[in-house]
Amino acid sequence: MQKSLHIDPGKCTGCLQCEMACSYENEGLFNPSKSRIKVFTFHEEGRFVPYTCTQCDDAWCMQACPVDAIVLNAVTGSKDIVNDRCVGCKVCTIACPFGTVNYNSTSGKVIKCDLCGGNPQCAEACPTGAITYIDADATGLDRMRQWAGKTDTQRAAA
Amino acid sequence: MRHVIIGAGPAGVVAAETLRKRMPQADIVLIGDEPEPPYSRMAIPYHLIGNIGESGTYLRKTEGYYEKLGIEQLQRRVTDLSLAQKQLTLDNGNRISFDKLLLATGSHPVKPPVEGMDLPGVVNCWTLADARQIIARSQPGDDVVLMGAGFIGCIILEALARRGINLTVVEMENRMVPRMMDGNSGTLLKQWCEDKGVRVLTSTRVTGVTQENGRLVVQLDGRDPVPVNLLISATGVRPNTGLAGELECDQGIVVNEHLQTSQPDVYAAGDVAEGRDFSTGGYSVQAIQPTAVQHGALAAANMSGARQAVHQGSINMNVLDTMGLISGSFGLWQGADGGDSVTLNNPASYRYMNLQFADDVLVGANTLGLTQHVGVLRGLIQNRTRLGRWKQRLLDDPTRVMEAYLAHHVP
Repeated sequence: MQKSLHIDPGKCTGCLQCEMACSYENEGLFNPSKSRIKVFTFHEEGRFVPYTCTQCDDAWCMQACPVDAIVLNAVTGSKDIVNDRCVGCKVCTIACPFGTVNYNSTSGKVIKCDLCGGNPQCAEACPTGAITYIDADATGLDRMRQWAGKTDTQRAAA
Repeated sequence: MRHVIIGAGPAGVVAAETLRKRMPQADIVLIGDEPEPPYSRMAIPYHLIGNIGESGTYLRKTEGYYEKLGIEQLQRRVTDLSLAQKQLTLDNGNRISFDKLLLATGSHPVKPPVEGMDLPGVVNCWTLADARQIIARSQPGDDVVLMGAGFIGCIILEALARRGINLTVVEMENRMVPRMMDGNSGTLLKQWCEDKGVRVLTSTRVTGVTQENGRLVVQLDGRDPVPVNLLISATGVRPNTGLAGELECDQGIVVNEHLQTSQPDVYAAGDVAEGRDFSTGGYSVQAIQPTAVQHGALAAANMSGARQAVHQGSINMNVLDTMGLISGSFGLWQGADGGDSVTLNNPASYRYMNLQFADDVLVGANTLGLTQHVGVLRGLIQNRTRLGRWKQRLLDDPTRVMEAYLAHHVP
């Protein structure tokens, strides 16, 4: 059974430990600006929403990449950046309608969530259970994908 | 069933892959007229910088990739196409018949109507062959004029500057990337380049090129001529419609929502196709990578008989890195009739953002210096998200686009 990240914004306190854990796992340093997951703040509603790539089926980023630098991870279902191939052209960053592929000006390449290869550190670090890594069926992933489908002009071709 | 694809760029390759996925038994022939494996023109600047070798530009990286998929590749030029006989002729005289045909022939650099553009030392930056010429002919200390500060011009600018050459950019419009960025951001982009030591002449035309003492002399209107070792012409591209024959053409080959030309068994995709534009509802040639890929996949789905593979239109969008300053352009960045907009302009830190709305829907955007979550601009536009009270919040602070999206799409 494939697993995916389940995010429950109602449980998020905005502590940002997920961002710290992500950046440490992927960059070796505590720098939230290099995190693949981001907590968005809604002061008006007193609400925090952690958000990252949903590993959507459409994989707009993967389709748009001109140099075959985004590949499907057959084990986790994530779409992973192959750093040796990425030239930093950033087409994937505008192709992703969720805004979850970002350019890292330090490396000159793009970064996105790869589920830490199947052991996502954001979920490990989250103290309130706002981010969990569970069976894909239960995550509402399908709802996200339905929305992806609505914006989609490519789905029928897949 | 034999599917023939003319053109081995992104549209052609994605079409071939999609056909194979949907039709395991079909004959698929992919014809390209360059003596290279299918590659990405978009990656050429990174090759010029020296970040990647030529193979780094290849569209697919696995050895034997096309063979494994049973896609027959031909490196030939198609010299003739008979729609009546459903047959094409190659430059070696061989004929190939087809059941369905995809024209993914791409585009070619425009040759400006200026005397001297045929002289040796005048090159385009479009193919890998062009890149080889530029690498061979631009040595550190050389003088080079880049004609055209459009998309291609800007993206190779850094590569050229980093080669240690003395670079002058000549653009006839009043700002950089005039077809992608508004007045504020296009002007700021020029300032950025000048700060980095590149001479940028806007509102300036090249009036002619002559040869003197083994060098080229670029004549400019109202300015002193510039002697150079190399003139790179990047003044835009036009669709390769040479094979279109009686097919309906305007700027490009006109295609319907199934990517079908005026001939039912003939499809067109990518730079050559004039397809539906999501924002305007009209038809246009976009000549961008995401549209080429989208066209290729949808054309192939339709060629293989899918009924629901309808093209809703592609969003015109671009992202550009000009010597480290990143600019973005989405949809109707020029604005919609009766719409309104918000601008965040911080020239001192080269940060700029302009959002265009029609009613409470985002329809276009220009950005400078924004690298995080930019794709959500596309998402909001393509989803036609009704922003409601979030419109006012964006008018107050346009950087909150990601929050605006999440507020509507995360329960």
